[in-house]
Amino acid sequence: MADTKVTLCGIELDNPIIPASGTFGFGYEFAELYDINILGTFSFKGTTLEPRFGNPTPRIAECTAGMINSVGLQNPGVQKVISEELPKLSKCFNKKVMANISGFSLDEYVSTAKLLDKCDQVGWLEVNISCPNVHGGGMSFGTSASSAAEVTRAVKKVTQKPVIIKLSPNVTDIASIASACEGEGADGISLINTLLGMRINLKTKKPVIANRKGGFSGAAIFPVAVRMVNDVASKVKIPVVGMGGVSSAEDVIEMMMAGATAVEVGAANLINPFACRDIINDLEPTMAKYKINSLKEIIGVCV
Amino acid sequence: MNQSIFTITENVPLTSSVMRMKLSGDTSAITRPGQFINILIDGLFLRRPISVCDYCDEDITIIYKIVGKGTEKMSKMQVGQKLDVLTGLGNGYDTSFSGDRPLLIGGGVGVPPLYNLAKVLIAQGKQVTVLVGFSHGSDAFYIDEFKALGANVIVATSDGSMGVKGRVTSYMDIDYSYIYICGPESMLRSVHEKCVTGGQFSFEERMGCGFGACMGCSCKTITGYKRICKDGPVLYKEEILWQTQK
Repeated sequence: MADTKVTLCGIELDNPIIPASGTFGFGYEFAELYDINILGTFSFKGTTLEPRFGNPTPRIAECTAGMINSVGLQNPGVQKVISEELPKLSKCFNKKVMANISGFSLDEYVSTAKLLDKCDQVGWLEVNISCPNVHGGGMSFGTSASSAAEVTRAVKKVTQKPVIIKLSPNVTDIASIASACEGEGADGISLINTLLGMRINLKTKKPVIANRKGGFSGAAIFPVAVRMVNDVASKVKIPVVGMGGVSSAEDVIEMMMAGATAVEVGAANLINPFACRDIINDLEPTMAKYKINSLKEIIGVCV
Repeated sequence: MNQSIFTITENVPLTSSVMRMKLSGDTSAITRPGQFINILIDGLFLRRPISVCDYCDEDITIIYKIVGKGTEKMSKMQVGQKLDVLTGLGNGYDTSFSGDRPLLIGGGVGVPPLYNLAKVLIAQGKQVTVLVGFSHGSDAFYIDEFKALGANVIVATSDGSMGVKGRVTSYMDIDYSYIYICGPESMLRSVHEKCVTGGQFSFEERMGCGFGACMGCSCKTITGYKRICKDGPVLYKEEILWQTQK
């Protein structure tokens, strides 16, 4: 029988499939559609210290084989996530969840991480460093090795849970940023977040997205993601969680061959709410097709 | 919500830019008038959300305007073609608030969801008035269909080429117990100002998923943040916050 199990930062997953943050809410709505316990785990909606409404609408634009979103981290704030969302999730999900956190200052990351560190349901902290650093002049934390390292160091100090740093692809050398995070004790790296993109409405001559630009995701970005996962996996020793345009079991295997220990599925969930269930169902037949007995054996074969 | 395969049984023009499509398949997820479906279109990434005009156990009728790539592709689809459709999306209209003389107001392609709503209300014994606005008489559709249901129908056109001339808000001075509306936001807003009873307002927004996962279509309301696709598209008169809608 095919072995789909992988171990991510010391926690075993039944399979490497993880719905990506922002495409799966806090899980319970998908639990009405299928048993979400079949997932490896999932990364919950990006959470900040304070509640956020996010950006003005329209926040969504169609692209060839993909989409742009500029939701802007809409979330109820960490307190409500802990008091309302996690209890609702506990009724339909009995595995450890990945807590995705964001912040606009080092203090915000630290405070949010501290609060989630106390939650038994949380298995990993996935730290999104793509938001602008309000104290650093608005430049994203994730666009320089030194600020990425700074966030890693600060969050690692306040949590016992494995810390996975989620990297932005909108940089010149993603592997050096990953390496800087590893140097400060990061337990894993996840990538890629969305690529900055823009669409213009030819009739109105204005950007489609109210915030002008947003994050490009979907099948179109898959080759970029595979390349960047491979760059990072070639440079660091800690596990890499690969994502970006993954839409099929074959994509999952390709991402793992590039160096990913686990694989997040994002935009595909928005087009097919059953995407992760379908990928999991296809995993064993696809492994058989390529004569793979154990997924663990293929991690990083192309590194 | 259901995901299933539907077969196109009809795809015909109603006006120069508005089409009616009938889809045969499992409609069991649809629970209320005013809900919508989300159609996967070959070659496009995002599904296209379209309101349900009418439905029965075996099929769904939708009416759509050709405005972009998605609806243009839909307009060329042939009878017999299969489509991957999410059904039973959105909250829909709650008819329990209607009173006995509900006024249904629609503008342009906001009119279709009012058809099934009128049908349900009339079946409940309500005296339904349908007030619909179009730019020109040549844009109007479903007037006879609403009349055939037994509704009192008022048509307003901007140029007076059909029915009465002007905006629907000029013809709201009638005796009504409740308002149900679907149309462009400017129409929702002006009707909201004039509405003297309770009402349910159906909104439109550019959506990502259509089922509440992506937060692409959020808006602020008196009762907190709402997703147009999941907590809407129907919002209640009391909870609408216009200044922050856009």
